[in-house]
Amino acid sequence: MKVKPKIMKGEELPGLLVNEIGGMHGILHDHVEFLKKHFCLITMKEFLENKKNMSKKVQAVYLWWHKPVIDKDLLQSLPNLKVIANSGVGMDHLDLKLVASFGVKMANAPCAVSSSTADTGMALLLASARRLVEGYHVAVSPGMEYCEADFLGVEVTGATLGIIGMGSIGYKIALRAKAFEMKILYHNRTRRKEQEEQAVGALYCEKIDDLLCQADFVMVVVSLTPQTHKLIGKREMELMKPTATLINISRGAVVDQEALVIALRSGVIRAAALDVTYPEPLPRDHPLLKLKNVIITPHLGIKTDKATRMITEEAVENILAALAGLPMPSEVHPS
Amino acid sequence: MLFLFPPTHVDKVQSPRPQNHSRGPWHPSREQFLPPSPLSSVPPPPSFPPPPQPGVPARLPALLARREEDMEAQELPCVLIDCIGGKHGVYEDHAEFLKERFCLITMKEYLENKNFLGKKIRAIYMWYHKPVINEELLQSLPNLKIVASSGVGIDHLDLSLLSSYGVKVSNTPFIVSTDTADLGMALMLASSRRLVEGHQMAISPDTEYFPADWLGAEVSGATLGIIGMGTIGYKVAERAKAFEMKILYHNRKQRNKEEERAVGATYCKKIDDLLQQADFVMLVVNLTPQTHKLIGKRELQLMKPTAILINISRGLVVDQDALVEALQNKVIKAAALDVTYPEPLPRDHPLLKLKNVIITPHIGSATVKTRHLMKENMTESIQAGLAGLPIPNEVLL
Repeated sequence: MKVKPKIMKGEELPGLLVNEIGGMHGILHDHVEFLKKHFCLITMKEFLENKKNMSKKVQAVYLWWHKPVIDKDLLQSLPNLKVIANSGVGMDHLDLKLVASFGVKMANAPCAVSSSTADTGMALLLASARRLVEGYHVAVSPGMEYCEADFLGVEVTGATLGIIGMGSIGYKIALRAKAFEMKILYHNRTRRKEQEEQAVGALYCEKIDDLLCQADFVMVVVSLTPQTHKLIGKREMELMKPTATLINISRGAVVDQEALVIALRSGVIRAAALDVTYPEPLPRDHPLLKLKNVIITPHLGIKTDKATRMITEEAVENILAALAGLPMPSEVHPS
Repeated sequence: MLFLFPPTHVDKVQSPRPQNHSRGPWHPSREQFLPPSPLSSVPPPPSFPPPPQPGVPARLPALLARREEDMEAQELPCVLIDCIGGKHGVYEDHAEFLKERFCLITMKEYLENKNFLGKKIRAIYMWYHKPVINEELLQSLPNLKIVASSGVGIDHLDLSLLSSYGVKVSNTPFIVSTDTADLGMALMLASSRRLVEGHQMAISPDTEYFPADWLGAEVSGATLGIIGMGTIGYKVAERAKAFEMKILYHNRKQRNKEEERAVGATYCKKIDDLLQQADFVMLVVNLTPQTHKLIGKRELQLMKPTAILINISRGLVVDQDALVEALQNKVIKAAALDVTYPEPLPRDHPLLKLKNVIITPHIGSATVKTRHLMKENMTESIQAGLAGLPIPNEVLL
């Protein structure tokens, strides 16, 4: 739904607060022009330097990589704030109840993220199974560090994939995995419809243990909530096959990282591939960085030109709808 | 030296279907290769003769004489292999299996006693393209009946020469297809999403944060151009379809309409049309005189500057020098190569230093299960060949 802002002649564009432009966690330079068509961009720096004038102008906030941090102070200093749009789909960094208590609406960007995050999940699954990163080092290393003749990985085609969290991203993973003739098990808060299950050949595991015992690949695709915090711990890893691979594309805190280190070192599971950790990045002396059977990627989930552009477009749609008092395409309510 | 890996994925030169016989264990469908193995019904022969008495040094001729008696007594056919273990030898556990069915003779043993052992050898078990077969070897193996080669590619064999000596050849075509297609997908995803670079950033001691503007390219919805739509190419198409990719393909002949429709593939009679439109170009041809340097400077320049080249066929299908230049000058964006020429590349080769290149050590079929199946296939082929029966997966001239 495209909503055009009703701008009268002489009237200003609504103020959109962003953390910064460019830099470590800033809005991408490529997106600035598009944003400026609809909004008057105000950075946190500009806001803090001139709170008195700026505070009333800000009608919306666009979070990029979870910044700026939304706390009570900020919410109190933005009397005209109507909506906060989040880049990406995870909302665990926001206090949804607090924001709602100020009468501020919230939106995420579910459509834009699902394909690219599902692709990341498959990329990690394949790379880990076939030992792609290790293989790369063997192929390019100047010295002859690796001498194993039988550099073998494990098969993906025909293997069993267990998807924990069958939301839109989890389902897209199932669609992709099906083409690899994988047997698909899934565990989710709610069971999917029969047609949806049949379309991807997925079997529901009401108990997560059943999934863990059978899967060759366990892919974690849940949102981070108090219920999913350390969902995969020592007990769960011990239920997994010793030949199994754990792939995490959800949030670092969903996995008990210390338990994971022990499990990987002692062969309780074969390998892990993590797009997310806690924190990001990990401290440089963290044991996970040194294990040969771990692939870590820097939260690649949505890091493509296409996905980031779509996220910003989705955010703008939500913001404009909220400002016009219309239904928002992807509003998020505190549950 | 770094090791070599066996040929992987390329279609057989002739007869895309295996020989049709009632025995049936070599049907291309995956399930048929799962246990129980047809070989499990053949009891392993009694174990090999005991070693010489301790304290009594066995002189080589005496040892060989004893071996000869045992060989005849047990009727174990003699099979030549390169070596066991090490960087490119037959795996130890595979060797155990083979020794239950054959009298294995390593190249070293053969060379030490050519005159005697030459007559004994009736088959060659080629693993990682070794031992190298040339006219000299063929002349010294008068009773050689069959060469079983691992993997599907047979560009390392001189088929006419072998045929002129009346030696049959077999490969392992279908069982490598899914693993190789999987690796093609793995390389495409890894390259487009900059997985290897990302991993290095994630673990580098110098990393303080992950920059927000560090991006890759999307696979979902992009255009994949498959050059070579044989068994493996088609499996790549099946997988890519699930990523909602638009699929173009170039092949010696067009596939039939149902096959095209099933994967949503569009035929490009001219390779140029494919090269100009594709975001990803994947090479899945076998190496022949026609495909040698198929992708050279001209082809690379036809590709989009944002395109990525993936090679899972043979190193020689690509003009490597032209590729280096194209990557350095941003004529194309990146490359992912499971195969190079030679393998491995010399340690000072420019391809090893380019950030936008992923190289893997020819691991197209390198999974435990597939290598196990290859070994079983090759054993069946040798046994059939020696029994004068139709050979499964025979490569015809």
